[in-house]
Amino acid sequence: MKKVMMGNHALSYGAMLSRAQVIAAYPITPQTQVVELLSEMCADKTLNAKFIKVESEHSAMAACIGASITGARTFTATSAQGLALMHELLHWASGGRLPVVMGNINRSMAPGWSIWTDQNDSLSERDTGWMQFYCASNQEVLDTVIQAFKVSETLAIPSMVILDAFTLSHTYEVVDIPDKAKVDEYLPPFKPPYRLTPDDPHAFNGLTSPEHYFELRYKLQKDMEKVPALIEETGREYEKLFGRYLGLVDDYLCDDAEIILVTSGTAGYTARVAVDELRGSGVKAGNLRMKVFRPFPFEVVQRILKRAKKVAVVDRNISYGHHGIFAQEVKSALYGQAGDIPVFGFIAGLGGRDITPASFREVVDYTLSHDIPEDNILWIGVKK
Amino acid sequence: MTKETERPEPKNPVEDFLRMDRIPHIWCSGCGIGVVVSSFTDALRKSSFDLNKLAIVSGIGCTGRVAGYIKLDSFHSTHGRPIPFATGLKLANPELKVVVFSGDGDIFGIGGNHFIHAARRNMDMVVICVNNFNYAMTGGQVAPTSPTDANLSTAPYGNFEHPFSLPYLADACGASYVARWTCLHIRRVTKSIQEALDKKGFSLIEVIAPCVTLYARRNRLGDGLNLLKYYYDNSVIQHGADTRTLDIGYQGKMIVGKFIDRERPTFLESMNTHMKKALGDKYVPYGEQP
Repeated sequence: MKKVMMGNHALSYGAMLSRAQVIAAYPITPQTQVVELLSEMCADKTLNAKFIKVESEHSAMAACIGASITGARTFTATSAQGLALMHELLHWASGGRLPVVMGNINRSMAPGWSIWTDQNDSLSERDTGWMQFYCASNQEVLDTVIQAFKVSETLAIPSMVILDAFTLSHTYEVVDIPDKAKVDEYLPPFKPPYRLTPDDPHAFNGLTSPEHYFELRYKLQKDMEKVPALIEETGREYEKLFGRYLGLVDDYLCDDAEIILVTSGTAGYTARVAVDELRGSGVKAGNLRMKVFRPFPFEVVQRILKRAKKVAVVDRNISYGHHGIFAQEVKSALYGQAGDIPVFGFIAGLGGRDITPASFREVVDYTLSHDIPEDNILWIGVKK
Repeated sequence: MTKETERPEPKNPVEDFLRMDRIPHIWCSGCGIGVVVSSFTDALRKSSFDLNKLAIVSGIGCTGRVAGYIKLDSFHSTHGRPIPFATGLKLANPELKVVVFSGDGDIFGIGGNHFIHAARRNMDMVVICVNNFNYAMTGGQVAPTSPTDANLSTAPYGNFEHPFSLPYLADACGASYVARWTCLHIRRVTKSIQEALDKKGFSLIEVIAPCVTLYARRNRLGDGLNLLKYYYDNSVIQHGADTRTLDIGYQGKMIVGKFIDRERPTFLESMNTHMKKALGDKYVPYGEQP
């Protein structure tokens, strides 16, 4: 069945089709419609889940952790300040190996107060041990929630499904809603090997001496390393059932490209316009839209970018005192690879300033006219 | 066409207290927050203290916008944390009069923990809480003040939780001054704010105000005027009422008035007394007001 829906509702449908059993959430702009629709679904039993109206995001994640440890499939959604307030508990979910799935709407961090999009909220949580999926369409949002539950539960690692504020969260698109029975086939009920139950008492998350702590973290990393292969495998399985492949990246005309734009989120689709224009004027351009950021898909990024003569990364985020964050990571991934491909790091669209085809034209013009970047950060559209 | 005679632009009576470059404000027509702001500015006008020694702190939400609109030293803090920010302001500069101006969701939902501790310590500040029974800025979700049975966007079949009674909570935690009004009681709100500004210790003034766009529309309660009519018909002034009797049921009677006005040592007074006792002459008292 096809339905026109907003990005936020695509998250709700994803959680509903995944048969989330406990949802705990606190309202924040621009996330609210996600949980409003879920609260309706829970109330009218479209979704047989407990909906907990908590008093803060910190409590929302705490409730998800509590529910998850008993073996319930749990979902929440938040944004920016709310995600930052959860920070302590993000470590708890991943350290406790609990496969909570969360929607995060990318919104800029205050102060000054902003409700518009950039990625600094989620990227500030990159080292918390959560997987991060950056989406560019409402269809991708819905599909990714279902896949995220599968990957999360297989490896006991939580996931964040991320979408841009307003440009995706509040934008309506046609979305194909997968058949519920087929989703059940794809995503069987959550059956963790360990859970909190009176039938088989265990103590969880106690004091861990230096003798054991290190190994817990080693195991989390080792399982993170298994994620890329599992995403490709579960993505193909999804394609077999629903006709849509869910991979690590979305590469557009990259095969023979000499200049590759690296993008993420909705800007990734805007970049295609620039690529098409360049192709029209005879420049071999391509766009690598990064979908999975954590774990970083080294292999596929290296394979695609190694063939290019120049790489231009467009970041809607910044690591103050360093570069754009995707640019950092792409440079790190290309270190020691064949050749010395110049990586141009652009920053655009902070605080929700639009990233338009004209922004990408500027990116491309600069990249084509320079052999190497003049600076670590090349600013697009900033009023200096 | 007759030539228009030039007239001076009419001036809003509270204009001197507003940052006019931030106007128009974002509040909906029929909203009660503006009324409370007017009462507040009126109270300031009637008070004699130096406005340079007054600071306003707001959190997040519709009422959280107050700090941005009022032309005094103001601080727009994070969600739920105006009271800790205000505590820092007050303790770093005890000469300041500190007012927290925020909503029910902000102060009693995400920030509830800070409220109970500031009241327990009798921290010297005035908290003005505009209670509109829901998280309005984000679209009318259930708040800790939402009456049982009211319909909200996260309670589409009605709210089954029990709300906080704000005066009862403040009383139990040890506040020095506690009053509740609706935004129909303009002069009484003004008077309470004046009294609270002159009061040492922790004061709470709850002002019940309509959220026409969300709470009232979802519950089909009519427009701002209908809600003021409801306040008129259903609020009962009962000064000194037992705070255990102040629950607000859905569209029920509301007991309003000044419930608590008592003397308790403030945080700084307690600290100075205790430390003087412990350290004797070695202790230099901090921030004592004349």
